[in-house]
Order: sequence, then C-alpha cells, then structure tokens
Amino acid sequence: MIDKTADRKSASHATRHFRHQRITAVLLIPLSVWILLFLHKAMTAPYADMLSWLVSPVNAGAIALWIIAVTYHAALGLQVVIEDYVSVIPLRRGAIYASHMFFLILAVAALAAIVFILYTQGNYGFGL
Amino acid sequence: MLANRPVSPHLQVYRLPLTGLISITHRITGVMLSLGFALFVSILLGIALGASVYQQMQAFLRLWPCQLVYWAFIYALFFHLCHGVRHLIWDIGKGFERNTLILFAISEIIGSLVLTGTIFFLFDRGIL
Repeated sequence: MIDKTADRKSASHATRHFRHQRITAVLLIPLSVWILLFLHKAMTAPYADMLSWLVSPVNAGAIALWIIAVTYHAALGLQVVIEDYVSVIPLRRGAIYASHMFFLILAVAALAAIVFILYTQGNYGFGL
Repeated sequence: MLANRPVSPHLQVYRLPLTGLISITHRITGVMLSLGFALFVSILLGIALGASVYQQMQAFLRLWPCQLVYWAFIYALFFHLCHGVRHLIWDIGKGFERNTLILFAISEIIGSLVLTGTIFFLFDRGIL
C-alpha cells in the first residue's frame, strides 16, 4: 500500500512535468513572433527605436512572458535529456540541479534587464 | 543502477529512419536553443547598458559568424516549433500511422525552411 502511494506521487510529478511542458509549448508558439521582432530590432534598429519598441507595454509584456515560458520549457526539456543520458544517479541529480540554476539565473538576469530598461527609459512615472 | 548492466543494441549501427532523424534533431535543436537563450540575455543586457554599448554590440552582431549563429538560431526555432506542433498533435491522440508520420516529417522540414526563408525575406526587405 505504501509503495502504491509512493508510485502515485511520482506519477503525478511526471504528469505535471508533461502538462507544464505542453502548456509552455502552446504559449511559446504565438510569443515566437515577439522574439523574432526583438532580435531583428536588436540587429538593425537605432538605439532610440529599439527602446521605444521595448518599453511599449505589449512588447515588454510579451518579451517578459516569453522569458518566463522559455526558461521553464527549456529547464523541463533539458531535465529529460539529462535523465535519458546521465545514468549515474548522483551525477544526474547534480546535472539537473545545475541546469535548473542556469535557467533560473538567466531568467532573473533577463527580467532584471527588462525592469531596468523600463525604469530608466520607460514613461511609467517611477523613473523620475 | 549497475555500471556494467546489460545495454540495448548499439544505436550507432543502425541508419536512423527519417522520423528518427527528425526526433533527435528536435532534441538537438532544443539544447542548442537553450544555449542560444544565453545569447538573447546578453543582447538584452547590451540594450540595458546604454547607447554606446548597444552600437558596439550591433557592429559585432553584423559580423558573419554572428549572422550565421543568428540564422541558425532562427532555423532551429522554427524546426523545434514545427516538430513541437507534431508532438501536440500526438498529444491529442492523432497521427500515429506510419505514412502520416513520414508526411509530418517531410512537412516539418519544408515548413521550417519556408518559415526561415519568409522571415529572411521580410527582414531583408525591411518589411518587418
């Protein structure tokens, strides 16, 4: 009985992982438009144009949402890759932890950069 | 898990079918896109650091190796998106027949190339 409960718990973890992978995937399809526009701006646009694009609420919101969804999606995906190819359990745990930390730090850095740009360049009243 | 446990037949001796190649490419593009995310974060930081850093960054990004990475990222994004849609179709329980799978695989390759080409055209002509 105890074993069955433990199984169910691990199974629910697996379905949550599966569900979140799919939810973020669906979310990322429309958000891809914004990341392509962002990259194109960053490659070609003058600084003022880049800023005015990025501080618009829709664009800033879409990029921020993309950052959250993509880091979560990538962390879930890379975890599966590690689980498949790293068979030594302590090493696997360490690798998964390291990759989660990698994406967490990147997500925080990216969101901090967005907030910083909005704070210094945006017209939201809290900049001055 | 034993280090010397029996292992399944070595995959390297088989020539993967098209569907298998597509599957592993999905994984490889996923890992590469995850690494590409770090480059996205550095571009965002470049924007946050001000006009002079931004202009230097753009000059650097115009170099052909950077452009190569940029377009490889966009192609990988579209490939991962196309095959991701196939996975979502699987998730609703459809499209498991052999012929459908081969048709999906070919559509994904063509679809990702056409999408990348379209975006290149739109960016190159300044339409977007």
